[in-house]
Amino acid sequence: MTDLNTLTLKQTLDKLNNKKISLAELYQDLDQAVAANNKNFNIYLNLNQAAQAQSEQVQDRELKGVPIAVKDNFCTTELPTTAGSKILEKFVPPYESTVTQRLKKAGAVVYGKTNMDAWAHGSSTETSDFGRTLNPRNIEHLPGGSSGGSAAAVAGDLAIAAIGSETAGSIRQPSAWCGTVGLKPTYGRVSRFGVIAMASSTDSPGPITKTVEDAAILFNHMAGHDERDATTSPRKIPDLTTALNKDIKDLKIGILYLDIEGLEAIRPIYEQQFKIFEKLGAQVEYASAFDPNYAVGVYTVVQRGEVSSNLARYDGIRYGLDRANFGDEAKRRIMLGTYTLSKGYADQYYNLAQKVRTIFIKDFAKLFKKYDVLIAPTSPGYAKKIGASQDSAMFGELEDMLLEASSVAGLPGISVPCYRDEATNLYLGLNIIAPMFREDLMVTAADAFEKNTSWNSWRANCE
Amino acid sequence: MAKIDKQLTKHVAKLANIPITETEAEELASAFSETLIVVDELQKLAVDNTEPTHQVTGLTNVTRDDVVDKEKMFTQEQALANASKTYQGFFVVPRILKK
Repeated sequence: MTDLNTLTLKQTLDKLNNKKISLAELYQDLDQAVAANNKNFNIYLNLNQAAQAQSEQVQDRELKGVPIAVKDNFCTTELPTTAGSKILEKFVPPYESTVTQRLKKAGAVVYGKTNMDAWAHGSSTETSDFGRTLNPRNIEHLPGGSSGGSAAAVAGDLAIAAIGSETAGSIRQPSAWCGTVGLKPTYGRVSRFGVIAMASSTDSPGPITKTVEDAAILFNHMAGHDERDATTSPRKIPDLTTALNKDIKDLKIGILYLDIEGLEAIRPIYEQQFKIFEKLGAQVEYASAFDPNYAVGVYTVVQRGEVSSNLARYDGIRYGLDRANFGDEAKRRIMLGTYTLSKGYADQYYNLAQKVRTIFIKDFAKLFKKYDVLIAPTSPGYAKKIGASQDSAMFGELEDMLLEASSVAGLPGISVPCYRDEATNLYLGLNIIAPMFREDLMVTAADAFEKNTSWNSWRANCE
Repeated sequence: MAKIDKQLTKHVAKLANIPITETEAEELASAFSETLIVVDELQKLAVDNTEPTHQVTGLTNVTRDDVVDKEKMFTQEQALANASKTYQGFFVVPRILKK
């Protein structure tokens, strides 16, 4: 029998429903895998010792007591919540995030809290105060970030599924680097209540999973209006599982960004993979978008500004250590944000960035008049080697260039594995962007791609 | 283009209430200059007739009833649970007024 920790969420739920496996067996296999590998990969910062006991209590609910890995910036009352920073090393929140509350109510169990770039400032999971996480696909490489611990947990089968959060790439880029599926919902679709705030106008919690179907299942249990987050949308939540197994004939797809500098090495691979959509009957063509290089500037200013404001609360008085304990990256971001929002500079930087943000929103609106979804590489390349983030103050931004434009516009996106390099065992991701609140369209396209290719490493066991 | 020197960096650090050393001030000044090169690119764009966007989903004035809901409140014990120092049910804060 296969190790049960390697099952997808859907398989796990089916097997539990049909009594083919028990929760005790599932937790035993997962506990063994975590005991064998967690120290090596440095994925979980804290494990929930009561996970299995809790699972028995919720086994009659929809999610059956399945263990979920949760990024350590979601407040959980039973486990410390550090955001990857030693400032919050001993912080046990007195309240619980809406996302984890909803998942628990649906029958999921928080198995453990995963490592991340400190305060989610980064794209490597190398800037955590608790050490870097390694990519389980190839431990000489980084998992990406900031939700690198969650992506690595899924990739290394140290979780059945995971939760991450993204402002511009933090779910999708680590998913691409780790060969997992990462779904970033529309801004306002999933509540930010109880998620340690980074950039409040773009923060979006979402699932990191083994398959598109798993992502759809978790999304259904996370999304929806929350009176505790005024920016959540009152719109009705679609059942994303109904967007699976659909024909993509006549779906209009625009290809973005493939011609930009720096993508030469991976371009032929993507050109090849994009043909899958054509074979399935979709109309695929190259689309021209507003230069994503400008999105780097917009994101840098908006994000740093919001960071400086959000991290002002860490004064060491009500909780956590004092401000001398911020790491280098947090100091850089807080101070740059303080500068660009300060008197005399706010117009030159912050207001200008918000205007360029409007340009991106209008540009996407124009593109979506012509196309149902847009596709592009998730990251400019494969997972970088450990140590790579230490060379440049702009490491994350250049890395996330392909994701920032749609993120500042609030658009949803999903990254699916679309290539595996045999020599290194490293993956590339395909990013599918949809119009606001049309997660269903991108899930339909992603699901069709996944099921008609062999890049998803869990596919073989799904037949 | 803005030039960020060590002096300005120390001023910003004070505004942000982040203690930094002399060496850090130098390193940060150079990191800021590197980052702002990317940001300064935005000034090439024509934005005179463009409105800024602060909120992408179009929601406006989301309010709730102005009532006390004890379900959503911390108890005093919860509020103080993570404090570094407390005194008789209060947070202890650093002195800011001189004697």
